[in-house]
Amino acid sequence: MSDTLSRNFSPHNLRHVLRHGISTAGFCCVIAVGLSVSGRGAWAPQFVYSLSIGLICWLVIDLGRLVLAGRAAKPWPQGWRGVALVIVGIAAGFLGGNVIGDAWTGKPLLEFLSFSRDKLASTVLITVVAGVVICYFYYSLGKSKYLEGEIALAQRDAADARLKLLETQLEPHMLFNTLANLRVLIATDPPRAVAMLDRLNSYLRVTLSGSRALAHPLAAEFQRLGDYLELMSVRMGPRLAYRLELPDDLREVPVPPLLLQPLVENAIRHGLEPKVDGGEIAIGARREGRRLVLEVCDTGVGLAIDPPGSTPRPDGGFGLSQVRERLATAYGEQDGLRLTAGPAGGTCATLQLPLSE
Amino acid sequence: MKTTALIAEDEPLLAQALRAELAAAWPELDVLATVADGRSAVRAALQLLPQVLFFDIRMPGQDGLAAAAELADAWPADEAPMPQLVFVTAYDEYAARAFDAQAIDYVLKPVQPERLRRTIARLQQALEPQRNGAAFNAEDALAGTLAQWRRVLAAAGGAGGLSGAGSAAPLKLIAASEAGSAGSTVRMVPIDEVLYFEAADKYVRVLTATREYLIRTPLKQLLPQLDAGVFWQVHRATVVRSDAIESVHRDEAGKQQLTLRGRTEKIPVSRLYAHLFKAM
Repeated sequence: MSDTLSRNFSPHNLRHVLRHGISTAGFCCVIAVGLSVSGRGAWAPQFVYSLSIGLICWLVIDLGRLVLAGRAAKPWPQGWRGVALVIVGIAAGFLGGNVIGDAWTGKPLLEFLSFSRDKLASTVLITVVAGVVICYFYYSLGKSKYLEGEIALAQRDAADARLKLLETQLEPHMLFNTLANLRVLIATDPPRAVAMLDRLNSYLRVTLSGSRALAHPLAAEFQRLGDYLELMSVRMGPRLAYRLELPDDLREVPVPPLLLQPLVENAIRHGLEPKVDGGEIAIGARREGRRLVLEVCDTGVGLAIDPPGSTPRPDGGFGLSQVRERLATAYGEQDGLRLTAGPAGGTCATLQLPLSE
Repeated sequence: MKTTALIAEDEPLLAQALRAELAAAWPELDVLATVADGRSAVRAALQLLPQVLFFDIRMPGQDGLAAAAELADAWPADEAPMPQLVFVTAYDEYAARAFDAQAIDYVLKPVQPERLRRTIARLQQALEPQRNGAAFNAEDALAGTLAQWRRVLAAAGGAGGLSGAGSAAPLKLIAASEAGSAGSTVRMVPIDEVLYFEAADKYVRVLTATREYLIRTPLKQLLPQLDAGVFWQVHRATVVRSDAIESVHRDEAGKQQLTLRGRTEKIPVSRLYAHLFKAM
């Protein structure tokens, strides 16, 4: 509790409190001038009453909100507590301010109790309206500032994620190795070199633009995976075989671009590359009720079962967490990705998405 | 007399390209075989006894470094001189930077003819004494070649881009799980009690005079954190406390083994590190 308090009473927040106080005082002066001009009494007592009421309201509400805000990200108590705070603050300001004003003018304490009904009503009304207006003004100002901050943060996160996505997809090692192979093919097998260049071309085009598009058809996704696997199979030769199976009725289903790419990269890097004889990658899609199931299976070395408490590989993990994150943001799926041991050794990554009809 | 070579490279097109570039730049070179993984490389090298090895670093199964380290011990030095070792590596691998920093020859993927010619010139120079056979001292040649292998392997194997070797203070305590406790008990083992470290499968065994512990940090990451004057690597899998070494024996086959004060087992010494125990 005490560290929550010291967090809420940060110099930053206290500066805001002070600023609110100064403008509250200014607002009170305006009311006092208005009241004395409209003939409700001498200007000095009006200033004293108005300032006393206003500043007590301000102190109670502004400091109270910091105490009551607790751990919330925005320094304003949630729900009924916020409303109650304003009511309590205005009541305290009204009573306290009147007591101070009465003491200063030498009138009997709580003189307003003997006011005529009209005068009492207008005094209360002025206090309540002024209090609510000021509170609402600062509440919405603070809220929009808070939201602006949140939006900036979210945008930075999104930019970060896009950059990371691009980096993983355009792994320089992959690119330069592909170019090294291309260089060989140009001399020895020009038609194959041209075919490889075309694959590289379409892979790069989707990689560079795909990180911005929201969705593309599953058929396009499979084609890009085919490009990538073809490039890899030129590099790995007979050590990499692959199969892509997409039922016709699922061709048009929209999916986030290159959603499966990290899974295919993992299958190669952690499954087939370490295996001397290589193996096969099978990518498939099927419908299960109202869900789309996508599978990337390899016949590689299989999941390393690490003992509990071991630290994950420094280079691994990003691909999987990236797929999970994209599933969560695009579909709200918290549990859409599973890794299991494949039926014939190796690893299967299974994705489940809702199918919108 | 033709010079013989072995290529170990897992990407078939790149292997083919290296072969073609070598044929163009060094016509007298006879590439005896091209293999695609580390274990095949060791097998083929021991069978064919080539004079030059071109080993890719990233290979499936056993990588180029492990293959070379195994080969260093298994090589029949009395039948054929130790081969010249050249690693093949992509530009972005840690090893390429380490080789550049230490002016060690290597072959870059994709092959750059100009660079390859430089490497070939140096290889030819190194092989010259064997070729004319004059005033050729086999023992000195072996020591020279081994020193070169050590240099290449140390550069390529460095802590995988982990800088700060030697910059951090040496470890004083090792948090290790007790052998047999399945990781449930962790002990803080004072480094002064450790007699040797031995890599075993996925773990490194930490041995004191009386106990055995396990850690998961690989030996090559552990090494930079140890005081190099105190702990010596004597084998790709073993690092021993130097002042605990009692004796070093050479068996009939020429293999060295050492014993430590406080331990009874014999610890094999790799040929790569035998220079540490040459009588003064």
